[in-house]
Amino acid sequence: MGAATAPDPENQDVGIAFGDVRKAFGEVVALDGITFEVARHSRIGIVGPSGGGKSTLLQLTAGLLGPTSGVVSVEGETTEKGRLARCAMMPQRDLLLPWRSALDNAVIALENHGMSRRDARTKTKPFFERFGLAQFEDVRPAQLSGGMRQRVSFLRTLMAEKDVLLLDEPFGALDSITRGQMQEWLLGALGDVPRTVLLVTHDVEEALLLSRTVVVMSARPGRVVTVLDSTLPTEGLSRREIITSPEFVALKEAALEAIE
Amino acid sequence: MSTRAPVQPSADAMAPETAGAKRGSGFIRFWKAYGLSVLFALLLLGIWEFCIWFFHVPKYLLPSPSGIVLAMKQDWSRYLLPNLWPSLIEVLVGFAIAVVAGVGLAVVLHLYGPLRRALYPLLIGSQTIPIVVLAPILVILLGYNLLPKVVIVALICFFPIVVNGLDGLRMVDDEFIHMMRTLDATRWAIFRKVEFPGALPSIFSGMRVAATFAAIGAVFGEWSGASEGLGYLIQASTPNLQTARIFGCILLLTLIAMALFGLVSLLERLVCPWVSRGGSM
Repeated sequence: MGAATAPDPENQDVGIAFGDVRKAFGEVVALDGITFEVARHSRIGIVGPSGGGKSTLLQLTAGLLGPTSGVVSVEGETTEKGRLARCAMMPQRDLLLPWRSALDNAVIALENHGMSRRDARTKTKPFFERFGLAQFEDVRPAQLSGGMRQRVSFLRTLMAEKDVLLLDEPFGALDSITRGQMQEWLLGALGDVPRTVLLVTHDVEEALLLSRTVVVMSARPGRVVTVLDSTLPTEGLSRREIITSPEFVALKEAALEAIE
Repeated sequence: MSTRAPVQPSADAMAPETAGAKRGSGFIRFWKAYGLSVLFALLLLGIWEFCIWFFHVPKYLLPSPSGIVLAMKQDWSRYLLPNLWPSLIEVLVGFAIAVVAGVGLAVVLHLYGPLRRALYPLLIGSQTIPIVVLAPILVILLGYNLLPKVVIVALICFFPIVVNGLDGLRMVDDEFIHMMRTLDATRWAIFRKVEFPGALPSIFSGMRVAATFAAIGAVFGEWSGASEGLGYLIQASTPNLQTARIFGCILLLTLIAMALFGLVSLLERLVCPWVSRGGSM
């Protein structure tokens, strides 16, 4: 803490900040010269080609990995332990535990915080209704549809009650129709709770739709190609209205051009 | 999203419905699963019976299946049943010890890396010592009673349980562990909630392999010094050319192993209801 290179570690308004971060695994450089900053309780999307170190970037943010050089700061926390305490991650595959019912999967974080299973269930149950999962509480994950599984997975992440949510290709495994529905749903769900959200995706449209700031990355070694700030109004608009607006299309074009 | 709601009742009702259907068609399910192997076994027995009759094979060389059944009926209360119990007890107690010790050691080795690196190679090495050689030593060491047989059964069953258990525990996807860590799980919580339940199917497959070895262990133990048990009865019947009785013992030993195998499979169904199975056995 307090090092001159740290990007404003004392500033509580900073959500996630990367300062010239490099991460190498032996000879392979996964990320190099990554610098960006997002305000607390705002949403940032990371797009780039597969194998561009996007998942590494997530794990660095979450404190599951440490950078080779540079500083990763999450709400002022620069240690791995500190970042791990601030972040909850929603993995790419839903990773629901097949031996637990949907509700028992969603309560895992509360259980880990020392709450009894019964209290955790009582606390989590109302969210099932809000997330369109009512009456599926005691169904095993294998019996749920892909979209429902992702919603349970998101709820599990949310119930960790962390200020920072890290979403790793949250809808990558879904078909395009369900994907669209889930994006719209997530937009609404995120609107309810003030959280800092970092979304990693290979889908430019998804990144632009769900986040205000979009960082475009290159293939290995992953570098920041450009940072786009969306000023599109999304309040009260449907997904279709947003993604077909000329401003959105122009932003999408800019992002796609940057990737190429 | 709301369109999904009406689907719910049918999805909910699905479980009891299929369970009922399964119960109702028990015979048909059994036939589908094992019908062919039953038919094949009957065919082999038929050929066996025919050859004994056709070539006039003497009874002491190779009895016919019907001869074995007849001998078993005669031997049942005097020879077979009194010797079945000791062997059955050796198998069950030895197997139970192997499960507890095997799963316990797999867990300890998994949780303490240095211990695993120190012990695992020795564990593998110990398996190259033939149990046949070990059995007489154990009898000398532990006495002319039930104990050495139980120990031999346990030793023979222990290894597949440890190896499968350890593999199961280590095969759990790193992503699950990352996910649990960001959800503030302690090392113990990760083990208890993710690794151990995830390893259960592997542990059970180790137990199934062990179940088929258990009866062999009991026979080796009894051959090294015993006054009762099916292994002992085989040994005692050999000089008298009581071949049909030997076959009766073999059949009973096979039935013990198969029953144990079935018991483990049943237990797995109860303990891991989430595992989908294409077919059993």
